[in-house]
Amino acid sequence: MRGSFTILGFFVLGILAGRLNQLPQWLDAGQYSTWVLYLLMFLVGIGVGADKKALRTLATFNLKILMVPLSTITGTLLGVSVVWFFVQQLSLAELLAVGSGFGYYSLSSVIITELHSAELGVVALLSNVIREVITLLFAPFFVHISGKLSPIASGGATSMDTTLPIITSASGKEFALIALFHGIVLTVLVPFMVAFFITF
Amino acid sequence: MLIVAAIMFAGMLAGYLLRGQKKVLRFNARLTMWVIYLLLFFLGLAIGGDDYIMHQLPELGLLALVISVMAIAGSIFTAWLLWRFAFSKRGEDKP
Repeated sequence: MRGSFTILGFFVLGILAGRLNQLPQWLDAGQYSTWVLYLLMFLVGIGVGADKKALRTLATFNLKILMVPLSTITGTLLGVSVVWFFVQQLSLAELLAVGSGFGYYSLSSVIITELHSAELGVVALLSNVIREVITLLFAPFFVHISGKLSPIASGGATSMDTTLPIITSASGKEFALIALFHGIVLTVLVPFMVAFFITF
Repeated sequence: MLIVAAIMFAGMLAGYLLRGQKKVLRFNARLTMWVIYLLLFFLGLAIGGDDYIMHQLPELGLLALVISVMAIAGSIFTAWLLWRFAFSKRGEDKP
């Protein structure tokens, strides 16, 4: 959670700086940020590739455990598609790209900002932060209405870290491995899926 | 899309080769955080400097809320189906 506040802090700091409009011309963000995004993707890739624990968790793979992230992907994409019917503002591809953040707001918002627009980047940032916050607040309620897998589904990519504690307390410790597996799979998929939908 | 995917794959391969190099990986983790901070600062800059988006902010926030609620609703629905038909044992199939 402390990391999340720092991330949002930098975002707010950016807004304030943008309002003041006092930054030197050479700091014109758009100029470099595509390259910075590519750098970020490479660094994130290194982190994933070197993560022994993640590799070991992924090795627990079987059909049943694989169904959990697949279910979350299907449900999320279905859910955001419904929004398309009553919101004319965004195209279906844009909605699917925002939904494909699965709560991983830092990465999804910067990819969308670079490959699409700052406007949709903000929507992605807020929407995926809200996904994490709702999961933290309502995990026990979700277990009550739709079973012990639902806080994992709701947490999306964050089920491997920020929402893991609330998931294990709401669903039980025996769900920790499923939550980890689910979060790792979605975390790896986020950049691919977001970039796929946004360049449609 | 292809560029992003290719770069990420290259990173994963590099990471796999670097596994065990604790110092390098710790530096990588810290650098990753700072690059994320930088990019979100850039995003803030773009928004703060854009009066149109600033005025739209409440509306964009509402849109974001609707998207997240529907994303969660959809995913806990499919999670319920999965729970009901593949995970819960007989006799405790009510959540």
